[in-house]
Amino acid sequence: MKRLKNLLFLLAAAPVVAFASGASVHLDKAPVNLSDQDSLQRGARMFVNYCLNCHSAGSMRYSRLQDLGLTEDQIKDNLLFTAEKPGETMKVGMTKADGKVWFGATPPDLSVISRSRGADWLYTYLRGFYRDDTRATGWNNTVFDKVGMPHVMWTLQGEMVAVHKKVGEHEVIERLELVKPGSVTLAEYDAMVGDLVNYLVWMGEPAQLQRKLLGLIVLAFLAVFFVVAYYLKKEYWKDIH
Amino acid sequence: MSALQKMMGWVDDRFPLTATYKAHLSEYYAPKNFNFWYFFGSLALLVLVIQIVTGIFLTMNYKPDSELAFTSVEYIMRDVEWGWLIRYMHSTGASMFFVVVYLHMFRGLMYGSYRKPRELIWIFGVLIYLMLMAEAFLGYLLPWGQMSYWGAQVIVNLFAAVPFIGEDLSILIRGDYVISDATLNRFFAFHVIALPLVLIALVAVHLVALHEVGSNNPDGIEIKKHKDPVTHLPLDGIPFHPYYTVKDIVGVIVFLMVFSAILFFAPEMGGYFLEAANFVPADSLKTPEHIAPLWYFSPFYAILRAVPPLFGSQFPGVVAMGMSIVLMFFLPWLDRSKVKSIRYRGPIYKIALALFIVSFVGLGYLGLLPSTPVATIFAQVFSVIYFLFFLLMPWYTSIDKTKPEPERVTG
Repeated sequence: MKRLKNLLFLLAAAPVVAFASGASVHLDKAPVNLSDQDSLQRGARMFVNYCLNCHSAGSMRYSRLQDLGLTEDQIKDNLLFTAEKPGETMKVGMTKADGKVWFGATPPDLSVISRSRGADWLYTYLRGFYRDDTRATGWNNTVFDKVGMPHVMWTLQGEMVAVHKKVGEHEVIERLELVKPGSVTLAEYDAMVGDLVNYLVWMGEPAQLQRKLLGLIVLAFLAVFFVVAYYLKKEYWKDIH
Repeated sequence: MSALQKMMGWVDDRFPLTATYKAHLSEYYAPKNFNFWYFFGSLALLVLVIQIVTGIFLTMNYKPDSELAFTSVEYIMRDVEWGWLIRYMHSTGASMFFVVVYLHMFRGLMYGSYRKPRELIWIFGVLIYLMLMAEAFLGYLLPWGQMSYWGAQVIVNLFAAVPFIGEDLSILIRGDYVISDATLNRFFAFHVIALPLVLIALVAVHLVALHEVGSNNPDGIEIKKHKDPVTHLPLDGIPFHPYYTVKDIVGVIVFLMVFSAILFFAPEMGGYFLEAANFVPADSLKTPEHIAPLWYFSPFYAILRAVPPLFGSQFPGVVAMGMSIVLMFFLPWLDRSKVKSIRYRGPIYKIALALFIVSFVGLGYLGLLPSTPVATIFAQVFSVIYFLFFLLMPWYTSIDKTKPEPERVTG
């Protein structure tokens, strides 16, 4: 019995073990809403304008943007920057080797970035750039320290600097402060990044809207089938005692 | 005689179609007291079929090439008609296979289904389990993500820990000095042809052996002991078809509801069925911060890490991990109890089984976490309990106070 008690204690303590190994950076909750088609369309425009210069989305076809309520002509006229036909994938002109030389690491393909990083990480990361003169690009990031990527949207957000505080022996970043305003307010910038992240989440798996709808139909069918099968079983089994 | 009967007669003169149908379905007498735990055998068969059928369709568009593999999976997810559904069925099916098989094995432990005369059924079953682990491991390399790559790296390195032949052995497995295109190609071959063939053959002999001796039941008594004097049929047996076919349909529907709920609404299952890091293409130069095995391997991974290295070699851990599965084969002979079912066993076995389950689940949990000194101590305690469950079994099952078994099956 004592052994059992010890064991129960060990089990109760187990979550503490898990907690101790967790990551440290606080992530802001991304405002993901895949039913907001306007937000997804704005996000798509942000994506082709700001991300698609260095990052590819090699598994994503321009034509798939029709799922977001855009027509093929709209895609051709407004969004088709790196390809000739809407059926092509979102490639990028920069070669992998150039990317490595220019940024220290090849900018990753963003097709499924939301599935590997998670929406909250992306939302915090894209709002976490600050001035750092020790870096070659002049920028650093709160969630990705010493990142090779410069702050691409700085004309929008403006320039942030880090305000440090002391925790024990270490200097940590307490918050970011705006020193040079950009073309939009910080609240507007947050909303724009929100749209972009919303789009990235959709792009990670374009079938997900369709998937959830189909799931409801399948479950409804199975529920009806269950009732039939249950009474069929009962009917057969009534003579077994 | 109708045309159909004539045709059946023609076939039966040349192939035992009616006889086989009778022996395995309409005149296979199963105990009438099967409970909830008896759904998982047929469900495992269902998942096997799902995996084979979806696997065939995946193969049509997947490219076993280190340059193309990752993108070809995304191609299936986006551009292939219903590709996302087929892929998610396959990835959900892999994890659900283990869910079902673990519950199926637990049933065997509870009701003593491995005991005489069902030793071979159990041994075939453990072999199926081993093949399934190999199949899952090989398949996990195919998406060629970071976890695919580094998970395979960790497992293949276990073979490298074998003294003397280890290095050569690991090169033989990889077909290269590192996990590479050659490895991907051979893993693909094993995953889609070699192991499925072995798996199907093992499932067939598992079932033939089962139908030869007859099914066990929650009371752990033999229904063949009491037969009708006239018909010579077991008094507590009912034909598998239609009774258990209609019952299993209900089980199948409930299972499919769970399966669909995961597939359509949470295919990643919070990172347990599809790991986030596997959405990054394999990169041989970038080791992920934390390499976690898939949940169904994690108990054994935890045992591996719990054993301290000897002379800088991980071999003792590898041996422990291997032994943890090899011991299962001996279960029929380790159990000395007078009764089979947990219903009539004494308190010692019940506590032993409970501790075993807690340890197995505990190891599974710890295997997913990064190694820390505290976690290692927990894993060591659980590992010791895991092994003692088997090693002390001859002793504690023979001194355990059992209750008398009933003559006939109870509800």
